[in-house]
Amino acid sequence: MSLRVLVGCKRVIDYAVKIRVRPDKMGVVTDGVKHSMNPFDEIAIEEAVRLKEKKIAKEVIAVSCGPTQAQETIRTALAMGADRGIHVEIPAKEMEKLEPLHVSKILAKLAEKEGAELLIVGKQAIDDDSNATAQMTAALLEWPQATFASKIEKTDGTLLVVREVDGGLETIKVKLPAVVSADLRLNEPRYATLPNIMKAKKKKIVKMKPADLGVDTTAHFEVVEVCDPPSREAGIKVEDVDALVSKLKEAGRI
Amino acid sequence: MWATPRMKYLSRSFGTLCRVNVQCRSLVTTTNSAQVIEQHQFYNEEQQKLQNAIKKLIDKEINPHVDEWETAGMWPAHKIMKLFGQAGFLGINKPVEYGGLDLDYKYQAAFNEALGGICAPGVGMGIGVQTDLTTPALARFGSEYLKREFLAPSISGDVVSCLGVSEPDAGSDVAGLQTSARHHGEDLIINGQKMWITNSWQADWICLLLNTSAGPPHLNKSLVCVPMKTPGIHLTKMIDKLGMRSSDTGQIFFDEVRVPAKNIIGEEGKGFTYQMLQFQGERMAMALSGLEPMKMCIQETLDYIRERKAFGQPLLNNQYLHFRLAELETELECLRSIIYRAVELYVHGEDITRLASMCKLKVGRLTREVADSCLQMWGGMGFTNEILVSRLCRDLRLFSIGGGADEVMLTIICKFMGTLPVPPKKNKKFIT
Repeated sequence: MSLRVLVGCKRVIDYAVKIRVRPDKMGVVTDGVKHSMNPFDEIAIEEAVRLKEKKIAKEVIAVSCGPTQAQETIRTALAMGADRGIHVEIPAKEMEKLEPLHVSKILAKLAEKEGAELLIVGKQAIDDDSNATAQMTAALLEWPQATFASKIEKTDGTLLVVREVDGGLETIKVKLPAVVSADLRLNEPRYATLPNIMKAKKKKIVKMKPADLGVDTTAHFEVVEVCDPPSREAGIKVEDVDALVSKLKEAGRI
Repeated sequence: MWATPRMKYLSRSFGTLCRVNVQCRSLVTTTNSAQVIEQHQFYNEEQQKLQNAIKKLIDKEINPHVDEWETAGMWPAHKIMKLFGQAGFLGINKPVEYGGLDLDYKYQAAFNEALGGICAPGVGMGIGVQTDLTTPALARFGSEYLKREFLAPSISGDVVSCLGVSEPDAGSDVAGLQTSARHHGEDLIINGQKMWITNSWQADWICLLLNTSAGPPHLNKSLVCVPMKTPGIHLTKMIDKLGMRSSDTGQIFFDEVRVPAKNIIGEEGKGFTYQMLQFQGERMAMALSGLEPMKMCIQETLDYIRERKAFGQPLLNNQYLHFRLAELETELECLRSIIYRAVELYVHGEDITRLASMCKLKVGRLTREVADSCLQMWGGMGFTNEILVSRLCRDLRLFSIGGGADEVMLTIICKFMGTLPVPPKKNKKFIT
């Protein structure tokens, strides 16, 4: 049984960049700033490519929602071994208002359209830390979900997934088709070889709009303000618990 | 104690689950957007992807081990060469028939610049020898047989090569080298010695420049591919160097070494010309490889003096220091510009001898200035082996010497300026 795998990847500000809040305090500076693929999505792509190498998957499709530059992210996936790409075009201005729910609806529609049997995404994006897309997509598709995966094994028509949860490691069995979200220790993404980087240019990327999938991207949230976290103030040492309690009372905290 | 620079970027990344490789002492710099725009605009998407891939390889397989290789005085050349070969990084601008990718020089430049991310320049140098010093002439002028025997395995990373030009008595004076061969039937019999040879202790073959006939010194030399296991080749000592300590540098003796004459690259007698051509690529490679180390130097020093306090405030608050760093940053940007300009011209097939010589001269001088000024700002810590800056001080000092000393670069530039003194003509009419 060879699976068709759909992998979602997001173009985010590179993890090494120092983020600056925009002067209008409605977002962060993105112009001219280095972007790359969300690290957890790299792990997702790597896992899908490994499944293909193990002959568990027959095709890996990389999908990204975003402006034109999202194609660079898709090509990174192609250079790592994905077979083809889908670019769901979202104009740059609308990117800020794009929510996990919109992406989930898009991915759900694509999974159905492409006949995918496995959808893998990174557990969260490092820009919004939502950790919601995998879960909502599974709900929309009515597929089982295995989130925070640190190991995936295939056994007959099911997947055995080890999940990293607060209490430790949890192993679950999910029937296919399923949604999986990749956690940090699932694998270490490969570096693309130069021949594959050049070959990626020739692989197909299909473009479409959310409307083509019947998805409405009207925002449900409105950003009120974006600001830096308050700088950490110096602490003080107290003698004992009584002093602690009285200090907290003084500061009006209790 | 002062916060190690490597901790700086963890605060921005994905919470406690950050597993990004903590490299030796170089951090993945937290760049500001202005720096990022410039470098991005010069290289195209594929070239940047190439650089990202190289960086990943370096972060995973090289930087975690450089300290131990520096101490041991040896980098694992075959292992690293194979990794690079498998990734397709060793034949970027070499012919497809021999495993290369036949991409234009800008891809090669992107590769050279990315090698600068290795925290021990000695390792980068060892790799660069294979891609930019021993194989260009072979790829361009070598016979089918030579390309199959020597070029193909060098591109795949299955063999390690070294370049044999310098001798104990002839460094800058390349034309004055003494290693020679006499013809004997279909063979050459080689006698002589080479010195300062990078990779010599681990190499499988050497690209040797030697005299193959009598005649004018610019016309009597040939480049020959010689397997290092050929009887008569002896390595005597591992040279104990100030810097580039992870790179194996040797002195090689050739004692009646017999090699087929068909191992001559291209035409016999054209070796000097071929080597002069190879020098241009070597100089550009060195210049490009100096950019990242200088950038790391400045960034790490900046981060350190932001944390380090003296007299009640961060060192960085002292105008002398932040102004000095701004000066160094400006000089680095200027050097980047001339290097990129030379790269563009080279891509278009122009002769860049003049610019390449300027790039080489400047990188040698600027790396010394940057490393030395930065080291001063580290105070006592700068004087230890625990700091990247001190290693760069030692390693980058080579840039003014190897690959064509500053003095040679200056001579070349003077030639273009027409300022070299003309030797007095022997006046035969001086008889009354």
